[in-house]
Amino acid sequence: MNKTAVKMTVNGQAVEGQVEPRLLLIHFLRENLGLTGPHVGCETSHCGACTVDLDGTSIKSCTVFAVQAEGASITTIEGMANADGTLSALQEGFMQEHGLQCGFCTPGMIMRAHRLLQENRDPSDDEIRMGLSGNLCRCTGYQNIVKAVRYAADKLNGRQEAAE
Amino acid sequence: MSDASEMTLEQREATIGGIGCARRRKEDVRFIQGKGNYVDDVKLPGQVFGDFVRSPHAHARIKSIDTEKALAVPGVLAVLTANDLKPLNLHWMPTLAGDSQAVLADEKVHFQNQEVAFVIGEDRYAVSDGVQAVEIDYEDLPVLVDPKQALAKDAPVLREDAAAKDDVGQGPRKHPNHIFNWDVGDKGATDKAFAGAAVTVKEDVLYQRVHPCPLEPCGCVASMDKITGELTVYGTFQAPHVVRTIVSLIAGLPEHKIRVIAPDIGGGFGNKVGAYPGYVCSVVGTIVLGRPVKWVENRIDNISTTAFARDYHMTGELAADEDGRITGLRVYVLADHGAFNAHAQPTKWPAGLFSIVTGSYDIPAAHVSVDGVYTNKAPGGVAYRCSFRVTEASYLIERMIDVLAQKVGLDKAEIRARNFIKPEQFPYTSCLGWDYDSGDYPRALAKVLDAVDYKGLREEQAEKRERGELMGIGIATFTEIVGAGPSRNCDILGIGMFDSCEIRVHPTGSAIARLGTKSQGQGHETTYAQIIATELGLPSDDIAVEEGDTDTAPYGLGTYGSRSTPVAGAAAAHAARKIRAKAQKIAAHMLEVAEGDLEWEIDRFKVKGLPEKVATMKQIAFAAYQSLPEGMEPGLEAVNYYDPPNFTYPFGAYLCVVDVDRLTGEVKVRRFYALDDCGTRINPMIIEGQVHGGLTEAFAIAMGQELIFDETGNIQGASLMDYFVPTAVETPVWETGHTVTPSPHHPIGAKGVGESPNVGGVSAFSNAVVDAFAHLDVTHMPMPHTPWRVWKQCEALGIGE
Repeated sequence: MNKTAVKMTVNGQAVEGQVEPRLLLIHFLRENLGLTGPHVGCETSHCGACTVDLDGTSIKSCTVFAVQAEGASITTIEGMANADGTLSALQEGFMQEHGLQCGFCTPGMIMRAHRLLQENRDPSDDEIRMGLSGNLCRCTGYQNIVKAVRYAADKLNGRQEAAE
Repeated sequence: MSDASEMTLEQREATIGGIGCARRRKEDVRFIQGKGNYVDDVKLPGQVFGDFVRSPHAHARIKSIDTEKALAVPGVLAVLTANDLKPLNLHWMPTLAGDSQAVLADEKVHFQNQEVAFVIGEDRYAVSDGVQAVEIDYEDLPVLVDPKQALAKDAPVLREDAAAKDDVGQGPRKHPNHIFNWDVGDKGATDKAFAGAAVTVKEDVLYQRVHPCPLEPCGCVASMDKITGELTVYGTFQAPHVVRTIVSLIAGLPEHKIRVIAPDIGGGFGNKVGAYPGYVCSVVGTIVLGRPVKWVENRIDNISTTAFARDYHMTGELAADEDGRITGLRVYVLADHGAFNAHAQPTKWPAGLFSIVTGSYDIPAAHVSVDGVYTNKAPGGVAYRCSFRVTEASYLIERMIDVLAQKVGLDKAEIRARNFIKPEQFPYTSCLGWDYDSGDYPRALAKVLDAVDYKGLREEQAEKRERGELMGIGIATFTEIVGAGPSRNCDILGIGMFDSCEIRVHPTGSAIARLGTKSQGQGHETTYAQIIATELGLPSDDIAVEEGDTDTAPYGLGTYGSRSTPVAGAAAAHAARKIRAKAQKIAAHMLEVAEGDLEWEIDRFKVKGLPEKVATMKQIAFAAYQSLPEGMEPGLEAVNYYDPPNFTYPFGAYLCVVDVDRLTGEVKVRRFYALDDCGTRINPMIIEGQVHGGLTEAFAIAMGQELIFDETGNIQGASLMDYFVPTAVETPVWETGHTVTPSPHHPIGAKGVGESPNVGGVSAFSNAVVDAFAHLDVTHMPMPHTPWRVWKQCEALGIGE
């Protein structure tokens, strides 16, 4: 099959590749760029394990073609730590509040929560639950994920000292 | 001799980070940064992909398979069919239950989406093209979906390959579609109890076919090194060592030439215990092509073909006196095992540990009979987040005791209290032969009733009923049997179900521990280190835990059935104690005293009566490599293979409050309180997380999960569009509590907890829904309690509009 050139910015780095038009963005990220943080859980955009940030929107990269991301700016879990390499408030929150178990949903969950907190700086618990409803977790029962996002929101809103 | 003499005892305890502390998880550091290493992240040089051509039919004869067009697809390297595997004798494989399962359909397909051909190609896309291009001609056969029809005289014979066999692994058969009968208990005594009973109740209780549906599907990468003849298989294996032995037996390769690696696993819940055709085909593929072959199933493959759970069609009967004291229990089960008997149970237990069905109650007589049958559905029958068939058993008795309560007009908490095994009866031997280790059921139930103001809830319910509103209160007081298991009871393929731990202490006082289990999210790297930290007096932060690589870890039977803490956790404690015993000898030498003059304190040995004279474990570690007593072997390490003397019996008391909208059938969980007693608690944070997760899975099962088939065997809804996996929005808020009744036979008193919430949760939800209708003489409603079904119940009662 003929290949098409694509260029995009991923985690602040300019990247390019020759791809089949049918190549999914998740496979471009995982196979071509070696960014295996985003996962494939269902291939049908239900589970959200493949969630990344594309031009300021959460997207499920299993149902977007790589060529559709031409010129876009993408952030994956690999780009979530602070510039100095320390953990972001959300990453810290997931660890402190035991917001993960097997870890498979976690990259997508953190990416979605990251965008949620951009959209709503101080969400209520119900808003967090609604905001994460496109991302499935089979391990945690969500309660500690809600607490993890709250932890980050508190920290970002200056309501919390550094981690316990 | 002390490097920490400034610290108080409490500070030293805190530094150790041992049993009982809510230590943050060691594994999280990689997962929150996208650096987990799951099987689909494995990328070996020259790696190719494989995927299946699957049958659209549930029962059909294969007339022809034409692979020519597929082989012409650019990038396709090979297409395997049963005929290609035949010369290797790999077209069928033995199952864990003693039956055979087709690796690739051999002349016939037996269930929809069965594996028919395996296409291997350069990338996933080429393989997908190849799969589309394989042409298969089928001839439809009559389909058997309903297990109740399986044993009919004129039922279609499904397994022609096995039709003439008297035994397909688990005992004599009475029909070509019959797999086994399992009969346990005293039938005579039970019949007598029923004959003389003041009250009897009977109910048909179906525990529907469901699927564990971990977020990561199953997969593997097989890589054969043709030069050395060594095969490496990475995969989603809950039991990697067992997989190595199976691969050796099936493929005929020497076991030392096989290395099985289970990397990070994205949830298992029983789905990743079994051996699947994808593993076999990947191994054959790498042997044939000399390149690593990766197979990863998609979500529909996962839900429709790899290891379902339950599908138990149960009939429960209780006999009781007029005060609601149970005098007898009778159970019949028709078990739908699908097309191949591939359920994962200890070999001698065709219905697993289902005979724990007497639950938390002191029942004098019981009899259980189980028939397993074939149908045109996917094989499996794993324990979905429970010990072998324990959820089915617990659901049945917890439902039946409610049915009895309604019949005799007793409160549902009171009838439980009246029938509980009393604390003073432990250790208690049930009439079906299990030796319960410890328990205090009345205390657990009382604590829950108090926490939720049970009396107030019942008053509110009575008021609501007056107004025509539906409110339900569901109680479950369950007992599990986990930690399989004593090798006298339990084996898999003849291998006793022990587990193992090897610990090496390094000269500078850090350590590595390797175990025969495999975490799928349970946090073993954190909790095993805590056990060892407390036993050895070294900080848990300085103890690395490794599992899943059969070349390095000692042999173990893996993680399922809540067996990691009861079995491998015990092995960890014993291995650490061996090291501490040697350390004591070294300390005596260092301090120039007799061994008996020393006493242990947190992280050091002290000379009795001379508290300033100490040797810390860290100092001893260094000495173990340098200044040993005369004649002592250098080094500080130990291995323990632990064959448990008994199972452990975690228990709990759960209470669920629901409000039902009679006009829409919607069930809203208002409150859920879960009290668990798992004995000694290693990490309360992780326990709570396990309970939250298990309750959420229980919620999913009780309220929505079901694998449905139409009459021609088409699976209805095997994607996440249809199969219910709750989001954060539907999932209730959980309240948790605990009591601690240590196991007397476990070295640290721990019992295991990961599965309790699923076992107790399902019953609590279902009992709550039925309780909402109890005043309308409803005794049972089949799961899952979807709005449609609940509304149909309302409609039948004339309250639906």
